[in-house]
Amino acid sequence: MIARLFNFRGGVKPVSHKNESSATPIVKAPLPPRLVIPLRQSIRSTARCLVQPGQRVLKGEHIGEGEGPLGTSVHASTSGTVVEIASFPMAHASGLETPSVVIEPDGEDRWIDHAPLDYRNVSRNAALAYLRNSGIVGMGGAGFPTHVKLGNGSGIDTLVINGAECEPWITCDDRLMRERAAEVLSGATILRELIGARRVLIGIEDNKPEAITAMRAAASGVGDTLEIVPVPTLYPAGGEKQLIRVLTGIEIAQGKLGADFGVQCFNVGTAQAVHRAIHHGEPLLSRIVTLTGNVAHPGNYEVLLGTPVDALLKLAGPKADTDRYIMGGPMMGIDLQSLKVPVVKGTNCVISASPALFPPPPPELPCIRCGACARACPADLQPFELYWFSRAKNFGKTQEYHLFDCIECGCCAFVCPSRIPLVDYYRFAKSEIWARERDLKASDQARDRFEFRNFRQEREKEEKAAKLAAKAAETRAKLADGTSAGAAEAPPPVSDEDPKKALIAAALARAKQQKAAVTPQNTEDLSPETQAEIDEIEARREKLND
Amino acid sequence: MIHSPYIRKPASVQSVMLTVLIALIPGIAAYVWQIAAVVLVNLVIATVTALLAEAAMLKVRGRPLAPALSDLSAVVTAWLVVLCFPPILPWWATVLGVLIAIVAVKHLYGGLGQNPFNPAMVAYCAMIIAFPSLMSQWPPAGQLDLQTQLDLVLGGVRELDAITGATALDAIRTGLRAGNTSVDALLTQSAFGQFGGRGWEWLALGYLAGGIYLLVRGIITWHMPTAFIVGLAVISGAFWLTNPAQFASPLFHLASGGAMLAAFFIVTDPVSGAATPHGKLIFAAGIALIAYLIRAFGAFPEGIAFAVLLMNICVPLIDMNTQPPVFGHRGGKAR
Repeated sequence: MIARLFNFRGGVKPVSHKNESSATPIVKAPLPPRLVIPLRQSIRSTARCLVQPGQRVLKGEHIGEGEGPLGTSVHASTSGTVVEIASFPMAHASGLETPSVVIEPDGEDRWIDHAPLDYRNVSRNAALAYLRNSGIVGMGGAGFPTHVKLGNGSGIDTLVINGAECEPWITCDDRLMRERAAEVLSGATILRELIGARRVLIGIEDNKPEAITAMRAAASGVGDTLEIVPVPTLYPAGGEKQLIRVLTGIEIAQGKLGADFGVQCFNVGTAQAVHRAIHHGEPLLSRIVTLTGNVAHPGNYEVLLGTPVDALLKLAGPKADTDRYIMGGPMMGIDLQSLKVPVVKGTNCVISASPALFPPPPPELPCIRCGACARACPADLQPFELYWFSRAKNFGKTQEYHLFDCIECGCCAFVCPSRIPLVDYYRFAKSEIWARERDLKASDQARDRFEFRNFRQEREKEEKAAKLAAKAAETRAKLADGTSAGAAEAPPPVSDEDPKKALIAAALARAKQQKAAVTPQNTEDLSPETQAEIDEIEARREKLND
Repeated sequence: MIHSPYIRKPASVQSVMLTVLIALIPGIAAYVWQIAAVVLVNLVIATVTALLAEAAMLKVRGRPLAPALSDLSAVVTAWLVVLCFPPILPWWATVLGVLIAIVAVKHLYGGLGQNPFNPAMVAYCAMIIAFPSLMSQWPPAGQLDLQTQLDLVLGGVRELDAITGATALDAIRTGLRAGNTSVDALLTQSAFGQFGGRGWEWLALGYLAGGIYLLVRGIITWHMPTAFIVGLAVISGAFWLTNPAQFASPLFHLASGGAMLAAFFIVTDPVSGAATPHGKLIFAAGIALIAYLIRAFGAFPEGIAFAVLLMNICVPLIDMNTQPPVFGHRGGKAR
């Protein structure tokens, strides 16, 4: 038993709206007519495509090979034919496009051969590689590869499993824990053994009593290394750092990793995916998505990765006055610009929004420095100061006030009586700072290039002059030979230094004469000071030339 | 395009200001009951003036009228001006005070949220310097009938010495400076009640009640009222303990003048005050210290207004140097 819970400062309590979708069991979504599977499934890494258009693939077949340290494999979510490989928009605030494999399902949903892994009897590295090849990434949203997070298997004392699900409306983890508690716990146990942790703490917000009961029932047979811990319902208790703080009292600063403090955190969905991969040999092909909001049939659906959102929404039936769709929760989700975007590993929820449920923000008023945002901030920032500095484009100050510690949870904007879209200002400031850093890097490179070019030109000029001088000396020597001595006994030049120098000196003298002869333009009527300056410069130049 | 978060707490500047106005009602009720019912007339005059001035300034500045007029911030300023001015001021003085607060202090600095100084306190300071005798005419508790009060406010007749008395703070100050007397002897005069000025004590209680309501509603935090009250008690207590005959007690200082109004409604102005938790403590304690020094040794019987302005100047410095540590940077428990 853990002795006590800790708290983080700040946090807000929005209306939870969980009951709309949490009452009904998970439903398996039917096969959509087309699957668009992005090759970018884990953070900062796009997989290398392994298939060609026209190729038939089986369910679970490798279609993308993870590249780089953060790469993970991508698989066909069902059997069918690859019809296209092209860039498609993905679910991102910017509507960025990413290379994707389009598969037309054959309806048979036929599996490729797959087998469970006896992870206790293979090396740790083999088990991690297996997870990587199974495409397991964090399913809480960030999509960080699980095998990377498992680290080197030492130095972790506590494994935190995140079942807090603090965003309003979302209930996919709730349903998962209610219906598949044993699988979640099995996955948690695998993760604990692979990471070498002493104990597992599973944090669940106390507004999910059914999930807590189900998980406790399943945990009773697992042993005492694993504990289900109800945590107070307070957004953003499900933020990784906040949950670690609540369960262990450890505060992980921005830029630090949980591993530095002997703690690591995985989402319940990730744990369940690990279980399916290890004990059933199934790569990560589907996930549970909450469809809720302004819909006729809210609920949770088990959805194949790559299912376009519009095909999925048909299952829930958005009502007529739905005006936009939010992927994720209302506090941190993104406003979908296109319903063609596919469900990916981090897609936990699609909310149909109507003006009645999500009224447009009222007009922004000036900040009155009431400090409500500072009291709500779970990162202990001073959001109103960051707002002033961001607005004034005083980006240095924003960094001094720890802009990059902001997790964009939205608590400040949620409580602001002046209804200032504070998070937008921070996003703006962050992107400006990133852009400037990129520019700075680019200008550094440009300067280096320019300086090297100057150096190269200088060097080439010298080399050319030397070559010319040598040639001239040779010619002169030849001429001299021709007049005084016989052509056959031309002595080799004793030294090519002196004639070369002489030649250069002569050329310089000529140039000087020429320069002096040319009347400089716009230099009449110079003031004595300017003239003195010019003389001084000329003198310096003379000295250099000599 | 709208970005997250898509939901908002039903909070608004209007609701914040409305809560402040509601919190002022117990103090105003005590004012009407104990001192002068004419304060209600002043409140109406000030409110109308404030709204007209606000509208005119918005128009001049080319800003939309509706959001700013409906946020009630001008009304709060107007009421605070009235509550720190003497109630029997002629109407034009109230109007002038409100105009200073709204036009000069608020809008010339950029409107809501932009003013570095507390509008009501600038109005008070400007008026007491411009009209020292008018601004020092406080009616004794419960001795003026309503007709007299109305005549003083709306009419032109002023036979002041006959009707106004010294406030408690004034009586103590002038009494002690005249010499040959002690605090205890002075406190037997008619201007004094149980703790502070006769009648005015009830206002202090009314403001205290309203302040507690603001705390409960989360409009203000405990920092500033606590630091102000404790600060005033400590500094006055220190002098009182060294020489109880020459310095009034902490209780007297807290119950007199504008101490309670300031503790919960003036010092706590978010726009012009410090914003960090430690900054708020320093800011409010600094006001208490300066206010006491002016009361005890300065040229004015009440020093809170000057103290507030002096500390307003220090706010950027205070905030800059009292930034709280952020999550993960305060040396929290590792392991």
